[in-house]
Amino acid sequence: MLNEIRVCDPSWLACEMDHLMNQPEPPLFGVVASLGRGGLVLGSLIPCALFYFLQLYIKRNRPPQSPPPPTRPGSPSSSAANATASPIHRSLSRGLLTPRAALPALSARGAVVRAGDEDSLYYAGLRRCADDLYHPVSNPDGFINLGIAENHLSLDLVGRWIEEHAGPALLEGMTEERDLTVRGLATYQPYDGILALKMALAGFMRQVMHESVSFDPSQMVITSGATPAMEILSFCLADPGNAFLVPSPYYPGWDRDIKWRTGVELIPVPCRSTDNFNISITALEIAYKQAKKRGIRVRGVLISNPSNPTGGIVPRETLHDLLEFVAEKNIHLISDEIFAGSTYGSDKFVSVADVANELEEYDKGRVHIIYGISKDLSLAGFRVGVIYSYNENIVAAAAKIARFSSVSTPTQRLLVSMLSDQKFISDYLRINRERLQKMYLLFVDALKQVGIECFKSSGGFYCWADMSKYIRSYSEKGERKLWDRLLEEAKVNVTPGSSCHCIEPGWFRCCFTTLSEQDITVLVERLRRVTDTHK
Amino acid sequence: MGGKLLASSQPEPPLSDIATSAAHGEDSPYFAGWKAYDEDPYDPVTNPSGVIQMGLAENQVSFDLLETYLREHPEASDCGVGFRENALFQDYHGLKSFRMAMASFMETIRGGKVKFDPDRIVLTAGATAANELLTFILANPGDALLVPTPYYPGFDRDLRWRTGVNIVPVHCCSDTGFQVTAGALQAAYDAAVAAGTRVRGVLLTNPSNPLGTTIKRAVLKGVVDFVARHNIHLISDEIYSGSVFAADDEPGFVSVAELVDGDDLGVASRVHVVYSLSKDLGLPGFRVGVVYSRNDAVVAPRGAYAAHARRDARRRAFAAAYVRANRARLRERHGHVVAGLRRAGVSCLRGGNAGLFVWVDMRPLLDEATVAGELRLWRRVVAEAKLNISPGSSCHCSEPGWFRVCFANMSLETLDVALQRLSCQRKLKLVGIRFKSSHKDGAASRLVIVQGKNYDLLDAATKFG
Repeated sequence: MLNEIRVCDPSWLACEMDHLMNQPEPPLFGVVASLGRGGLVLGSLIPCALFYFLQLYIKRNRPPQSPPPPTRPGSPSSSAANATASPIHRSLSRGLLTPRAALPALSARGAVVRAGDEDSLYYAGLRRCADDLYHPVSNPDGFINLGIAENHLSLDLVGRWIEEHAGPALLEGMTEERDLTVRGLATYQPYDGILALKMALAGFMRQVMHESVSFDPSQMVITSGATPAMEILSFCLADPGNAFLVPSPYYPGWDRDIKWRTGVELIPVPCRSTDNFNISITALEIAYKQAKKRGIRVRGVLISNPSNPTGGIVPRETLHDLLEFVAEKNIHLISDEIFAGSTYGSDKFVSVADVANELEEYDKGRVHIIYGISKDLSLAGFRVGVIYSYNENIVAAAAKIARFSSVSTPTQRLLVSMLSDQKFISDYLRINRERLQKMYLLFVDALKQVGIECFKSSGGFYCWADMSKYIRSYSEKGERKLWDRLLEEAKVNVTPGSSCHCIEPGWFRCCFTTLSEQDITVLVERLRRVTDTHK
Repeated sequence: MGGKLLASSQPEPPLSDIATSAAHGEDSPYFAGWKAYDEDPYDPVTNPSGVIQMGLAENQVSFDLLETYLREHPEASDCGVGFRENALFQDYHGLKSFRMAMASFMETIRGGKVKFDPDRIVLTAGATAANELLTFILANPGDALLVPTPYYPGFDRDLRWRTGVNIVPVHCCSDTGFQVTAGALQAAYDAAVAAGTRVRGVLLTNPSNPLGTTIKRAVLKGVVDFVARHNIHLISDEIYSGSVFAADDEPGFVSVAELVDGDDLGVASRVHVVYSLSKDLGLPGFRVGVVYSRNDAVVAPRGAYAAHARRDARRRAFAAAYVRANRARLRERHGHVVAGLRRAGVSCLRGGNAGLFVWVDMRPLLDEATVAGELRLWRRVVAEAKLNISPGSSCHCSEPGWFRVCFANMSLETLDVALQRLSCQRKLKLVGIRFKSSHKDGAASRLVIVQGKNYDLLDAATKFG
């Protein structure tokens, strides 16, 4: 009952080629020999040519593998008994120097994951800050981390609710169903989430989107965060080697969250500052055709709205055009609306669900929404995400895959209780929005003081800042140098636009929700270390 | 700008292969029995003739211990303290304090014979996710893992579905008590290689699901030698390690971690342990799984070991006490089931000393010694005795006629009802009685036809048994 081997997985193929190329004899030896003298020239020429073209193709399409850094495993041994294959290079933390036989290798996927993060500045910045984070009192010289979207502005509200209500909330709803309180929390529950939570989240999403659309709990799958929600949806919509078109700049995490295990490609479709970073259907058309020419099958378009990193809200007309585009191509549309409740500008958020509902005879089975409580409710640590789909087949498939990313029952019960507290939720959403707006304006103003202009955002936790005047060479390299200066001299971690696949150098994504008002002054002084010394 | 778009006859965009594949395995009898249960669940009061769920390995015998602990230690369920830490982004390995507690618990279960480094623990959403994750990391699509049979039906899905990795079964038979032999391992390995499949590792479940037995030390050693010889990985799913109830003078659980503890890093680094709180602590709803590895490439250790565990001593004492009490209760339950089955004329695998189920030998009851015969018997047990037990074929057992019967997911009273029903059905079969086809209506399904007359099931058993 062996599965079909997936030939389209390039990393697998690369691994197999490694095998062939490590064989002691040239693999064509047998082929050539068997052709006999007469057909030797022709017989060997063609397979040789094919073989070498294949090798060339593999080399070009292999996932980027830098020369093995110290912690990467050696290439897979081709012979089980071969004890001379290169050993896994080990970090020196253990100080063990006894020679040992080679260890079995990781899979190609495992190896790529291991090596992958090291190239990305997004992750490099986060790592750099990790052990020396700024604190106004205890560590005033530490790194100010503006690279991760956590909302500290309204944690006190949620924290207070939990302190006051958590105990009873966990046991609530149990007593009427069963005798033992623990039973309701401890036993197996549906992997795609308990119904009570789906209902509560459906109500919450509706509220967050200003009652513009109703959500059906039966079309929902709950997962342990929006990260697995996105991955699971990708597994359902595309096969390895397929692609999504993604208007860029986009959230750097998707490169990992979506690509790692699914084998699905992301094709950035650049948006331009002159266009206010709006999504361009023309650009999507071009990208679609180009992909087709390269033999890549596009399965869908992926957007975030409000946008990460720009903070822009996708206009209603654009959503309509997108829906038309995907219908025409018969592909899917995924809208990550995780920041829907975190809006503060004059532009009003419109969900793709709202626009799709208005269209007569539109097959909504191609529309899927990603949501979660990590941003709008500041509860990233709870690990609760949502896949919302109008396609019952997708819901059914995702519900099964959700078993690998399920949410603990106590967490779900707690959340049901919180979401059912109407007064708390209304107050929270309102106060949070006010605080977001206030901080956003302060932050934009602060950056202006050092000559940095920001894109006009309407939602989310980021300023999308144009620092191009401070980069010496208008290129990705120049942008990287500036990022480095900000990190090492100003000790401020921001996310460079290149990590977000922005084609215009100089844009930086800065999260403004982890700072207090006092911290802003410190930030300005830090930035001056770089901006004042720029020539 | 509303209005019509393209015609509604436009086909929906297709789904991926994974979404449409049957590799989720939910069409197998293992799950079909669950459906029968879902449609007609037993309840002692409201539905006494419903299907009794004996296919779910859940531990409900020790809930009261947990409840007592939580009642006496309300701060254990308190998220208010340290809320900020809980709410914000965490290290994806898991909260440090929890990993430390988990390491401590795993040590307690193994009687302190082996140490676990909290920094080498990665927490996952259940053992389901842990097994899948390890498979992704250790094998490429098209590669294979060797898995001794019979094995947990869920592996077909968890190890293969999204990963594209194959399972090569290693057949074990009853004459060796289903213990895996070096010969069987080698045969499976050779067969895989001959088919052009690359074997990346062996996956053991120890204690075994569905056998309910621990793997003998010598056998385990043999497997470790095998993986070393072939330079492949070993995944040891020890999810039932805390549910071993062997008597002190009987051979008990030996963890593979203990076996390789003193060995040089080369051997220890190819061994990866999977654990979870779903069985031993009866907390499947909490979704807590563990990947533990001493291989840096698999689990990158995170910096210095900072000690700041609160309430550690109290927790350890509770854990030890819980494990002891739980073991005693499971042993008692197990003994009860084995005796009850014996009275029904059905025997179990010898040496059952762990887990939440027994591996029952129903070979004498088969009309023919084939998978078809087994499934016929199984359908009769589900439809007539209204017991959802798991057929061995869904566990890929090479000998037809074995069934897994869970005993810890119900009250003692319910268990007795189940045993009685089985006994009845056995007796009735021996007399050659036909059952009326079951209806949704409880009463009708208890009717049997004997010599042309209708009788209630239990009455018939008494009269003719």
